[in-house]
Amino acid sequence: MKHFNLKGTRALLLSVTLAGSALLAGGVDAQTLRAVMHSDLRVLDPILTTAYMSRNHGYMIFDTLFALDANLEPQPQMVKDYEVSEDELTYTFTLRDGLKFHDGADVTGADVAASIKRWGERDGMGQVLMSFVDSMEQGAEPNQFVLTLKEPYGLVIESLAKPSSNVPFIMPARLAETPSTEPIPEQIGSGPFKWVADEYQPGVRAVYEKNEDYVPRDEPPSAAAGGKVVKVDRVEWVVMADDQTALNALQAGEIDFWEQPPSDLLPILEANPDLTVKNLNALGFQTIMRPNTLNPPMDDPRIRRAAIAAVNQKDVLDALVGTPDLYKICGAMFVCDTPLATDVGSETLVQGNGMDKAKALLKEAGYDGTPIVIMQPTDVASLRSQPIVVAQAMRDAGFTVDLQAMDWQTLVGKRASQAPISEGGWHMFMTNWVGADVFNPLVNNMVNGKGKDGGWFGWPDVPKLEELRTAYATAPTLEEQQKLAAEIQKIAYDEGIYAPIGQYFVPTAWSNSLDGVLDAPAPLFWNITKN
Amino acid sequence: MIFYILRRILAAIPVMGFVALFVFLLLRLTPGDPAAIIAGDTATPAQLEAIRESLGLNEPVLVQFFAWIGQLLRGDFGTSILSGKPVIQLIADRMEPTISLALTTIILSVIIAVPLGVIAAWKQGTLIDRFVMLLSVLGFSVPVFVIGYLMISLFSIQLGWFPVQGFKPIGDGVGAFFHRIALPTFTLTLLYIALIARITRTSMLEILGDDYVRTARAKGLPERKVLMRHALRNCSVPIITVIGIGFALIISGVVVTESVFNLPGLGRLTVDAVLSRDYPVIQAVILLASLVYVVINLLIDIAYVLLDPRIRYA
Repeated sequence: MKHFNLKGTRALLLSVTLAGSALLAGGVDAQTLRAVMHSDLRVLDPILTTAYMSRNHGYMIFDTLFALDANLEPQPQMVKDYEVSEDELTYTFTLRDGLKFHDGADVTGADVAASIKRWGERDGMGQVLMSFVDSMEQGAEPNQFVLTLKEPYGLVIESLAKPSSNVPFIMPARLAETPSTEPIPEQIGSGPFKWVADEYQPGVRAVYEKNEDYVPRDEPPSAAAGGKVVKVDRVEWVVMADDQTALNALQAGEIDFWEQPPSDLLPILEANPDLTVKNLNALGFQTIMRPNTLNPPMDDPRIRRAAIAAVNQKDVLDALVGTPDLYKICGAMFVCDTPLATDVGSETLVQGNGMDKAKALLKEAGYDGTPIVIMQPTDVASLRSQPIVVAQAMRDAGFTVDLQAMDWQTLVGKRASQAPISEGGWHMFMTNWVGADVFNPLVNNMVNGKGKDGGWFGWPDVPKLEELRTAYATAPTLEEQQKLAAEIQKIAYDEGIYAPIGQYFVPTAWSNSLDGVLDAPAPLFWNITKN
Repeated sequence: MIFYILRRILAAIPVMGFVALFVFLLLRLTPGDPAAIIAGDTATPAQLEAIRESLGLNEPVLVQFFAWIGQLLRGDFGTSILSGKPVIQLIADRMEPTISLALTTIILSVIIAVPLGVIAAWKQGTLIDRFVMLLSVLGFSVPVFVIGYLMISLFSIQLGWFPVQGFKPIGDGVGAFFHRIALPTFTLTLLYIALIARITRTSMLEILGDDYVRTARAKGLPERKVLMRHALRNCSVPIITVIGIGFALIISGVVVTESVFNLPGLGRLTVDAVLSRDYPVIQAVILLASLVYVVINLLIDIAYVLLDPRIRYA
C-alpha cells in the first residue's frame, strides 16, 4: 500500500500557491494610487492647450504663485509674501524658501517672469492682465519677482490664482521661453509630483511619483490652496476606453479613483458600501448653446433670441443628466452660487415659458425658413443630447433645423470656420465648461464682444461688452463688479450671443481605501492616503 | 517558387504606395484640424494659425505628402502631433498586447476548433455534430462585448479568478502574462472556434464523400488515418486561409475586445488617433495593417504549396 506524506504534500501545495500568488500579483504596491480620468492625457503642455487633462497634469507637476481656496479666495502658494506700492503699480512677490524644480535648480523670479509671460500670451484672463503690465522681471533677490503695471488693475492676484484652463503654472525659464504655439520639450516643474517620462504611454497611462524635495505650505489644504502634502508614492492615470470596464475595475479594487463616472452608472456605485461617490466640484459644469453671429439668419439678434427663448433648461438637463439631484436650473452666465450670479435676462430659459416669445420674435424678424445648421457631436456622451433637445425646441418654435451629426474633433475643426453655410459654415453648437472657467466676465469667453478679430467662435461684435469688461477689470469693489457683471449678462442675453442651458454636477467615485480626497474645481492628488 | 515569392514581394511595393497615397489624401479631405484640437477652446485665429504653421499643416498637400514619403523611405514614421512621441515607438509599445492576443487566440482556437470540425463532419447528423453547430452559431451571433462582460462578471467579479482588465508583458512573468491575457483570449476564441470549426466541418464533409477516401477505407486503413492523413490534409487550404485572415484581423485591431478588457493594443491606438486626427499615427498604423495583410496572404499562399503538393506557382 502506498502512503502519502500529507505533511509534505501540504507543504508542496502551499509553496506552489504562494509562488503562484507572487507570480500573479506582480509585486506589492499599496502606495500606488490608480485613477481613471475623464480622458486621455495627450498634450503635456498646459499652456499650449486648454484641455482639462493637460490642466490636471499641470497641477501634478507644476506649482502656482497663488491658488483659490474652497471659498474661491486667492491664497499665496509659491509666494511667501508680497507688497504693493502705494500707487498700486508695482507688485513685489517674494517666493517661499526651498522651492526647487525637479531638475534640482532653484525657482527664481526670472522663471516666474518667463512663465507668466508665456501664459499671458495664451490665456484670456492672462491677455487682459498683460494689457496692463508694463514690465515683469526678477527682483533684487533671486527669489523675488517684480510686476509693474501701466495703470492700476484690481485683478492681479485673482489672475495669478486662476484655477482652471489656462492655469498660470510656473516652469523653468528655459522651458517657458518656448514659443507659446509650440509644446515645451520637457516636463520639469516644481510641483508636488514628478513626471515619469519613461512610463508615459499616450492612450494607456501617465505616471507620477512623489516629489520628495517638495516643501509644502504649513496651512491645511483647501481646494488648490494650502499645503500640498503628498501621501502616496505614485499616482497612475490609467486610460479606460469603456465605462463598464472602469466600473468593474473600481469594484474589483484594480483602480482606486474614477473622476467622472457616467450618471447612469451612479446607482451601482452608490449601492456599493466599499465606495464613496461625491461631487468634488461645487461649481460643477455649465452647458451652453452658442450661435454663430456671422451667418444669416443668425446674424439677426431677434432670430438668436428666438432660438434661446424656445429652450427650456429643464428639458435639456433631464436629457443630459436625468437625476435632478445632479443638476441646477440656472440662468446665471457667471454660474449660480458665485458672487457674480444673477438671473437677469434668463427668465424664459429657467421657467421654460418662452415658446410664444420665440414664435413672435421669428415673425417679427421675418424668418424665411432658412435651415439652421446645428452641429451635434455624437461621440461625447456629455454633449450628445443637448443639440437634439434644442433642435426640437427650435422646430416647435417654427425654425427649420439641419441637425448635423459628427464627431467632436470634426466639430472642433469646423467651428473655427467663419465661412458661410454654403461653404461648410455653421449656425450653432453646444459645449460644456467647468464653472471656474466661466465664473467672471474676463474668463468667460462667450461674453467676449471683439467680433471676427479676437472673439470666440460665434464672433459677436458688441463693442459695449468690451467696454464693460474693461470696466470690470478695473472695478474697485465687489459691488461695482456685480453691477457690471449683471449689465454684461443683460446685454449678452439681449444680443442673443450665448445662453447657459443648465448647470450640472459630475460626482467622482473612489474606493474607501482612500482618505483625504479634496474638493476642488480640478482633481487633485495630494493629501490623499491609501490604506 | 522563389521567383514567385520575389514577384509577390515586388508586387507589394505599388500596393503599399497606393495605400499610402489613398490614406494620406483621405485624411486631408476629412474634416477636423489637429491644430484646433491642440489649441483648445480659447485660441485666437492667429494662435491657431501659428500652431498650424509649426506643425507644417499649412504646406500644400502635395508638399506634405512627399515630405512624408521621404521620411518613410528613411525609415522615419514621424512623430505624433499630439503627444510628440515618435510614431514608431507608439506602435512598438502597442505591438506586444496585439500580437500576444492574436497568437493565444489563434493557437487556442485551432487546437479546439479543428478537432471539433473534424469530429462534427465524421459524426454528421449526430448529437455531437449538432452541438458543434450550435456552438458555432452562438459564437457568430453573440457580440464579442457581451461574451466579454459575461466572462468578467463570472470569472472576475463573482469568482475572482482573473483580473478585470489590463495587460502584463511576458517579461513581467509568464504567470502574470497568462493571468491577464486569459479572459480576452477566451472571449475572442469563441468567435474563432465558431469560424474555424464550421469551415473545417464543411471542407471535411466535401472530402469525406470523395472516391479516394472511400478507397482508403476499403483498403482497411484505420479511421483515424483516413480522417487525419487523407481527409484533413486535403481540406487544409480553406482552413489555413481562414486562420491566416483571422490572424490578420486581430493584428489590425480588435477594438471592442481591447476596450472591454482595457488592452493597450493597436486597435485602440488607431481609434484614438482617428478621433484626435493624429495624422502621422493614423497613416503609420494603416500602412502597417496593409503590410500585415500582404505578408499574411503571401504566407498563406506558401502554406498552400507545402500542404497540397498539387498546387504549383509558375
